[in-house]
Amino acid sequence: MNIYAKLAYTILGFLIVLNWGFLMGATMRKIGARMAGRHGIPFKQPWINLFKSISTRTVITHGIMYYIGPVFRLTGGIGLFLFMPMVFTGSPDGPWTNFSFEGDLILIMYFNVFGMLGMALGAGEGGHPYAAMGITRGLAQHAAVELPLTLAFLSIAIQFDTFSIYKIVEAQQGGIMHWVLFTNPFAAAAIILAMLGALGHSPFNLVKAPNEILIGPATEYEGTYLGFMMSAGATLHVMEAVLFMNLVFGGATSWLELIVKSFLIYFWSVFVGMVFPRFKIEQSVTWFFKVPLLLGVLAVIIFMF
Amino acid sequence: MSELDLNNKTSEMLANSEANVKNSKKNFTRPEDEKREVVAPDGSIIEVNPLYDYFSNEKPKEEKPRGGVVEKFLNWARAESIWVLGFGTGCGSIEIPPLVTPRFDMFRYGVQMRPTPRQSNAFIISGYLSVKTLKRVIRTYEQMPSPKYILALGSCTINGGMYYDSYSTINRLDKYIPVDVYIAGCMPRPEALLHGFVKLKQLIKEGKAEKANEYARNFDEYKANQKKIIKDWNMPDYNW
Repeated sequence: MNIYAKLAYTILGFLIVLNWGFLMGATMRKIGARMAGRHGIPFKQPWINLFKSISTRTVITHGIMYYIGPVFRLTGGIGLFLFMPMVFTGSPDGPWTNFSFEGDLILIMYFNVFGMLGMALGAGEGGHPYAAMGITRGLAQHAAVELPLTLAFLSIAIQFDTFSIYKIVEAQQGGIMHWVLFTNPFAAAAIILAMLGALGHSPFNLVKAPNEILIGPATEYEGTYLGFMMSAGATLHVMEAVLFMNLVFGGATSWLELIVKSFLIYFWSVFVGMVFPRFKIEQSVTWFFKVPLLLGVLAVIIFMF
Repeated sequence: MSELDLNNKTSEMLANSEANVKNSKKNFTRPEDEKREVVAPDGSIIEVNPLYDYFSNEKPKEEKPRGGVVEKFLNWARAESIWVLGFGTGCGSIEIPPLVTPRFDMFRYGVQMRPTPRQSNAFIISGYLSVKTLKRVIRTYEQMPSPKYILALGSCTINGGMYYDSYSTINRLDKYIPVDVYIAGCMPRPEALLHGFVKLKQLIKEGKAEKANEYARNFDEYKANQKKIIKDWNMPDYNW
């Protein structure tokens, strides 16, 4: 495919992902509100919040790293998008495969952590003493989530003998029984449990929950910085759902399928969040080190021999 | 400079600063925030004023609206997304939690609570305001990004209400910070507060909620009023 056509498809795809992320976030908040018996926010609220944040007249900066923090986070989201095959069209050079290549699974795992590290650097320069504390807790939980996730990814990579997400999706085509969910149930179970932490909903949202006293990394961010972070959050939510969809639930053959599947994957974390109250960091870290980690180790051991 | 000299010099400076703290009677800054000289690792002596690591003394500037269609659109966005600072200052703050319940549900008006002044643009002064709290209110208000709005809840913010002759509360709020919307009553019910939000949205959409600029314009007057009533003033004049 012509590189310019590919670029056009990629930009269009990103716009779809960003707007779908906003709409999905609003829908989930609406569902939460309906469960509590409220009307909840209007569907257009995330876009209004974005415009309002950008329109702030005074914006305080604490230095260059503080400025780069949200940029890093958005870069993490865009990086996840750029190297992820979105829609399976039967050819690795198809229109919606973006810039995926052999071995992109490793790069995607790196981009997963990238945003968090950027925020750590930015919040560190913010000078707010609680921000450092919040980001420490965030990184601790993220490390605990990454371990079972990485083991499950490794197990899937060994199973299909490739680090290419496109090939993993290709191998799962041809019916629901070909999905990793059924061919590698231990890795799938590890991912489904660890995903709760990766998507960052209750009970694992202590790090960014606004009503905690230590609100963490975002305390000092305002205006345009906050707008950046909201865009990054929307992108990351969709992209993580798409990653798990590609690895476990057979990928998508059309945008409609992608939207339905990513909605259901994201809804799983919201569903759990509605039922369970928030965990403390030490509780969530021990939780991830118990069942999900064991499942991940089991998945790797099974496919090693 | 040898290491021994460095130690002697440092301990001498510490002793001096402690003596200064003991001698000065009306000093509201903490000893570690005192202006002093420190020895850098290379032996040079530099003067530090830790208070200015926390605050800036620069005055606020008036930020003119852009005008035209752009400003109208931005004002619409500001009005539809009001983020309220979660800071209850008096007895009226008990009227705020019901707003998130199914009965009143402020989310449908685009009103949300935020935990940090950096991210909020509306501030509810809920009821009587003691002088001690006023100091915190000023600091918090000045840290909020412009444009920012103040809702004054209850009679106490208008004329002192039932605390009109109290030694520790202020009577008229708008002598100290500019107020956009008053909500009268003792206490106003949550419906009245919702009505206040609707009124504020109307003001913002009409472009009349520019009190942050008014604060910057009449900064000296407001500061003089504030300093008249706050006796232990231990912060710079403007907190960014």
